[in-house]
Amino acid sequence: MNFEIAKDAIDIQSVIDKVVQRDAGAITTFIGTVRELTKGKKTLYLVYEAYEPMAVKKLEQIGAEIKERWEGAEVAITHRVGKLDITDVAVVIAVSTPHRADAYEANRYAIERIKEIVPIWKKEHWEDGQEWIGNQLETVAYPTGKPEEADLNE
Amino acid sequence: MNKILFFAHLRDEAGEESISLDAEGKTVEELKQMVAEQYQMKRLDSVMTAINEEFAPGDEVIKAGDVIAFIPPVSGG
Repeated sequence: MNFEIAKDAIDIQSVIDKVVQRDAGAITTFIGTVRELTKGKKTLYLVYEAYEPMAVKKLEQIGAEIKERWEGAEVAITHRVGKLDITDVAVVIAVSTPHRADAYEANRYAIERIKEIVPIWKKEHWEDGQEWIGNQLETVAYPTGKPEEADLNE
Repeated sequence: MNKILFFAHLRDEAGEESISLDAEGKTVEELKQMVAEQYQMKRLDSVMTAINEEFAPGDEVIKAGDVIAFIPPVSGG
C-alpha cells in the first residue's frame, strides 16, 4: 500500500520506509504542511476532503508515471484528510532513485501532479468565513470535461 | 439508475452527497446541464467528470449503473 489516504496524523518515517531499496542512492521526502498566512489572510484550520477510491487510483497513476520516466524509482505517497491545524502535515511524498537528481525531480513531479489530477479538496477556514478552494485562481476550465494533455504536462 | 456524487462546493450547493437518477444514454455534458439546472449550480464549466472513478470527456455516453462524480478543480497537496 504505497499510496494512501489517511484520516489521522501521517507517520513520516513509515512513508520513507516504503521506498527503501538497495539500488537507491537517494531518497527525497516532501512534506506538505498547513500554512497560516496566504497573501496576508490568516487561516485558522483546513478541512481536506477526498473522493477516496479515485484519489488512491490517481496517486497510483502518478507512481506509475514516475516509474516510467525515472528508471529504478520507488514512490510512496500518503495524503491526509479531515481537519488539519496550522503546521500539521497534509501530504508526504517519498521517492527513491539510484541517483539524487532523479529523486528531486521525480518528487517535484509528484506534488505538481497531485495538484492537477487527484480528487482532493481543501476548505479554508478563516476568522471571517470559509471557502472551498478550487485551483488557486479558478482560472482553469475544462471544456472537454477532463484535463487537457497540456494541463497535465505543464 | 445512476449514482451521482458531489464534492466540495458542489456538495454544499446540492445540499447532498449523492443523488440517484437515470442518466443512461445521456452524455456527460447533457447530464451536467440537467443537474446544473435542477440544483441551480454555477461554475459547472470548470468541473471535471469521472465515470466509475476515471476522468471522462464531455461526449462520453453514460451506461446503466455507471457511477458519476463531478470533480471541481482539485486543491490537494
